[in-house]
Amino acid sequence: MANIISDETIDYVGILAKLELSDEEKEQAKSDMGRMLDYIDKLGELDTDGIEPMSHVFPVNNVFREDVVTNGDDSANTLANAPEEKNGSFVVPKTV
Amino acid sequence: MSILSLTATELAEKIKNKEVTVLEATEAVLKQIEEKEDTYNCYVTVDKEGALKRAEEVQKKIDEGTLSGPLAGVPVAIKDNMCTKGLLTTCSSKILGNFIPTFSSQAVINLEEAGAVIIGKTNMDEFAMGSTSETSAYGITKNPWNVENVPGGSSGGSAAAVAAGECFYALGSDTGGSIRQPAGYCGVVGLKPTYGAVSRYGLIAYGSSLDQIGPLCKSVKDCAVITDIISSKDTKDSTSVGLDYKLVDSLVDDVKGLKIGIPKDYLGEGLDSEVKDAILKAADVLKEKGAIVEEFDLSLVDYAIPAYYTIAAAEASSNLERFDGIKYGYRTAEFTDLHNMYKKTRSEGFGAEVKRRIMLGSFVLSSGYYDAYYLKALKVKALIKQEFDKAFSKYDVILGPVAPTTAPKIGSSLSDPIKMYLGDIYTISVNLCGLPGLCLPCGKDSNGLPIGLQLIGDCFKEDVLIRTAYTYEQARGEFLTPDQKAFAGKED
Amino acid sequence: MAKEYETVIGLEVHVELATKTKIFCGCSTEFGGAPNTHTCPVCTGMPGSLPVLNKQVVEYAMAVGLATNCTITQNCKFDRKNYFYPDNPQNYQISQLYLPICRDGKVEIELENGEKKFVRIHEIHMEEDAGKLVHDEWDDTSMVDYNRSGVPLIEIVSEPDMRSAEEVIAYLDKLRMTIQYLGASDCKLNEGSMRADVNLSVREVGASEFGTRTEMKNLNSFKAIARAIENEKNRQIDLIEEGKEVTQETRRWDDNNGYSYAMRSKEDAQDYRYFPDPDLVPIVISDEWIEKVKANQPELRDEKKARYISEFNLPEYDASIITGSKKLADIFEETNKECNNPKKVSNWLMVETMRLLKENNMDDTDVKFSPSNLAKLIKLTDDGKINSSVAKEVFEKVFAEDIDPEKYVEEKGLVMDSNEDDLKAIVEKVIAENPQSVEDYHNGKTKAIGFLVGQTMKATGGKANPGMINKLLKELL
Ligand SMILES: [Mg+2]
Ligand SMILES: [Zn+2]
Repeated sequence: MANIISDETIDYVGILAKLELSDEEKEQAKSDMGRMLDYIDKLGELDTDGIEPMSHVFPVNNVFREDVVTNGDDSANTLANAPEEKNGSFVVPKTV
Repeated sequence: MSILSLTATELAEKIKNKEVTVLEATEAVLKQIEEKEDTYNCYVTVDKEGALKRAEEVQKKIDEGTLSGPLAGVPVAIKDNMCTKGLLTTCSSKILGNFIPTFSSQAVINLEEAGAVIIGKTNMDEFAMGSTSETSAYGITKNPWNVENVPGGSSGGSAAAVAAGECFYALGSDTGGSIRQPAGYCGVVGLKPTYGAVSRYGLIAYGSSLDQIGPLCKSVKDCAVITDIISSKDTKDSTSVGLDYKLVDSLVDDVKGLKIGIPKDYLGEGLDSEVKDAILKAADVLKEKGAIVEEFDLSLVDYAIPAYYTIAAAEASSNLERFDGIKYGYRTAEFTDLHNMYKKTRSEGFGAEVKRRIMLGSFVLSSGYYDAYYLKALKVKALIKQEFDKAFSKYDVILGPVAPTTAPKIGSSLSDPIKMYLGDIYTISVNLCGLPGLCLPCGKDSNGLPIGLQLIGDCFKEDVLIRTAYTYEQARGEFLTPDQKAFAGKED
Repeated sequence: MAKEYETVIGLEVHVELATKTKIFCGCSTEFGGAPNTHTCPVCTGMPGSLPVLNKQVVEYAMAVGLATNCTITQNCKFDRKNYFYPDNPQNYQISQLYLPICRDGKVEIELENGEKKFVRIHEIHMEEDAGKLVHDEWDDTSMVDYNRSGVPLIEIVSEPDMRSAEEVIAYLDKLRMTIQYLGASDCKLNEGSMRADVNLSVREVGASEFGTRTEMKNLNSFKAIARAIENEKNRQIDLIEEGKEVTQETRRWDDNNGYSYAMRSKEDAQDYRYFPDPDLVPIVISDEWIEKVKANQPELRDEKKARYISEFNLPEYDASIITGSKKLADIFEETNKECNNPKKVSNWLMVETMRLLKENNMDDTDVKFSPSNLAKLIKLTDDGKINSSVAKEVFEKVFAEDIDPEKYVEEKGLVMDSNEDDLKAIVEKVIAENPQSVEDYHNGKTKAIGFLVGQTMKATGGKANPGMINKLLKELL
C-alpha cells in the first residue's frame, strides 16, 4: 500500500467531518482510506495539463430569481422536526 | 389473473374505462405487501391509511373528469431519499429515523398532480451509498428472484417492489448506477434521465452533480410515460432543464439506420460470460431490426471509477454536514458540549459505509490534497466527457451490460469496498457525464437471475433510448418476474 | 533606544446588501421579527432544499465593484466553505473563493492632514450570512434563530495597505459612503449591516517582510475598531520585545473590557475544504451587463459635492458635510425641490439636525423626518409666519415625530403676531413700565433696546415679529 494513513490524519479528518471513530473503526478507516487513495492515485497516470476542471456538466449559466418576497412566516414548519426547541428557536449546547 | 399483472399504463387505462377502481388497485398492492414484505423488505414505510384515503380522492377526481392522464390512480412507491410531505423520510439512515418533511420533492408533486397514489417509501442503501441495499439501517431488501441475493442498489427497494408487485411502478435515484443496476438485478426497466431532466428539489442529496431521479417500472412504455410526467423545468432547482419533448412519441418499433456502438472495454475482463452472451444477443436483435451495430474503443473506462468516487465522496461529505442533531433527525442522548454532540450524533447516526465516504470526501477536499485528488478528478471527468462526446459523434446509442454479473449473494459484497465499487464500472460514466442511461432485462443466467441490458444516449436524447428499448422489447417479448408470473397465472 | 514599529493592516469588510429577499430563497431580509419567522427549507438547510440565486445580489456586487475600480470576473462561481457551527444550518456557507465576482480594485482615502492615499482591494465576493445565536446564561444553552441566515453579503477584502487606525476609519468611511450612495446597503455598524474584521501585523520600520498577522473579529463600531487596533498593535509589539512569537490566529475583541482573546479550539481546524457548489450554476457576466450596471450607477459623493457647489452655490464646507451622508444629501435635495432655498436647507441639516443626532446618540441613517415637513418649516419662516426661536422649537418636533409644521403652529397658536396696532399697544406699555431702559437708550446705550425687545417678546408669548418690534420701538422712543 503506497498510501499510509497515520493516526493523526484520521483524527484530523475526524475533526473536519465531526465523526468520532472507535479504535477498531479507526484502524479500518486507515486501511480503507489508504486503499482507496492507492486506487485514486491511478488518476495520476493521465496527463491533465491545460485541462479545465469540469465542475458542471453542461454550460447552463445565469439561473436567477427575481428579488421578490415569496415566503411568509414558515416558522412552524422550520421547527417541526427540531430535537429541542424553545421560544421559536433551536436549542443547542452553549456555543461560547 | 390478478390486477397486479398489469403495467402502470395498462392499469391506468382500466381505471379510466372503469374496469378497475383506484381503491381495488391500491388494496391489491397493499395485500401483496402484507403477504410479501416480511420476506422482501422493500419498504421502510408503508402508508396504508394515507394510500387508501388518497385512492378515494383520486377516484372521485377521475369520476368528476378533473383528473385524466396516463397514470391517474396508479399506486407508486417512492425511494426513501425523496421528501414526501408529512410522510417519514429516512434515507434508510438512523440519523433521519424520525424526519417528517414539511414539503414534497418536485418529482413527487408532479406525480401527485398526475393522480398517483403513494403507497410508501422504499428501502435503499443508506443515503444511496451502496450497490446492494445492504447498508440500510432498516434491514436488507431481498431480491424477488431469489431471496438469497441482493436486489442491487441503491434503489434496491424500489426495483424489488416493482418486481414483486408491491407497487405498479416506483421512483428511484441514480448517482452512479443506483436505478439501472437494481433494475438489471431485479429484471425491471429503469431509466436514469439526463442530469437536469428531472428536478432534484426534495431529493436528499448524495452527490449533487451526479444525482438524478428516474423511474423503475415494468415496461418501456411505462418508462416513457412516467419520465414525461416527472421531468420538468423547476425554478427551485438551478440545475433543472427539463425535457422539451414527450417521450411517448418515441414508442416506435423501428431502429433502422440507428448507429449503435458497443465499447470493447465493456466486454473485457471482469464481465461474466453469461452476461456477455446475453448482451451480444440483444445487440444482434437490434441489428436484425435494422440498426448498425459495431464495437469501438471507448478509452478511459478504468479512470471513471476513481474519478467518480473522489467527486461523489467529496460532495457527499459536504451534503451530509447538515445532519448534526440540531434542526431535525437524530440527536445523541448525552453529550458534554457542542462538538461532542456533533460527533456523537453523527457517529451514532451514520452507518459504516456512509462514514467511510464522508471520511474520504473530507480528506480529498482538505488543504494540501484538494488539487491532487478533487481537482484532478474534475479534470479527468472533463477528459471522460470528451470521450463520450467523441463516441456520440459516431453513434446514437452506446450499448453494454449494466453490471459485470447478475445479482450477487447477500453478504458477499460489503467486505471489500473496492471490489464493490468496481461493480459500478459500466454505470458510473453516465453520471459523470450527465448522460441518460436505460436498463431493461435481456435474459437470465443459468441461476435464473435476470440480466440487464444498458443503453446510453447523448444528453437529452432520451427519445433515442426509448425508441431503441421499445424496439428491443417488442422483439424480445414478455419478460416476467416470478411474482409477475404468478399474477398472470403462468407457470415458470 | 527602543525599536520603531510599523502597523500593517488589511480589512475584511462584510456588508449586508439591501435586497428585499435572501440570497438563495424568497424569504424577507427585514431586520427583527420573532425567531425563525423569516425562514424556509432553503435558508434552514432542510434536506432536499436547493439554492437559487437572487439576481439583485449580483447587480449590487457588480455596482460596488465598479464603484471601487475593480475588474468584474465575467465567469464567476459559488463555492462551499465547510465548517460546523450552529448558526450555519447546512454546516457550509455558500461563498466564493476561486472565482470571486470582483478583483483588483482601489479606493482613495483622505486623511485629517489632507494627505491622500490609495487602498487596494484584493477582491469582493458574494456570500450568505449566518443565523443568530442567543446565549441563555441560566441554561448553559444557546438558541438559534435563522432569520438572518441567507441574507446576502458581500465581503470586501483589502490588501494590507493601511498603517493606522485613522487610515482604517477613513477607508471604512469611504466604503460606507460609496455603498450607501449606490443604495446597495445602509451600512449600519451598530445593526451589523457593515462589519469589519481586522488583519493586523507589526514589523520594524524599514523591514521588507510582513510580520505574522492576527485576525480580529467582533468589531461593532468605529471606536471599537480604533481601540482594538491600538490594543492589538501593542500586544504584538510586547510579544516581539519579549522575544516571543506572534501566533497566526483569530481573536475576538471584547469592547467592554478592552481586550481580545484567541478563539482557538482543537475542534476548529480552519480547513474549510472549499469546492465549487454543484447546486448553483456559473454566472456569466457579459460586457453589455456590465455597461448596463455602469449606466444605472447613481451620482457618487464626489460628483454630488461638486454639483452642490456649482448648482446650489453652497459653500464647499456645507457641500462636504451634507454629502458626507447619503441620507442627508437625499433629504437636502428633496427638501430643496419643495422650498428652493438651498442655503437655508443646508443650515437646518448642518446645524440643528446634526446637533439633535449627536444629542440623541443617533446615526445619520436614523433620520426619520420627511423632507416635505422641513420644507414647510422653511416656508413658514420665509413667509414671516414664525420667528426663528419658534422655528427651532417646531423643528425639534419635526425631528422627533415628523409632525406637520403648518398644522402644528396653527394648533399651538405659534403664528407670528404681525398686527401693528395690537403690537403698538404692547410696546407702549413696555416703554411705560421700563423708564430706566428708556433713559439709558436716550443716553446712547443702544443695547438697552435689546432689553425692551425682549420684554415685548415676552409679553406677546414669543409670537411677535421681532423686526416689527424693533421698528415700533424706534418710532415710539
Ligand atoms: Mg466570508
Ligand atoms: Zn428562506
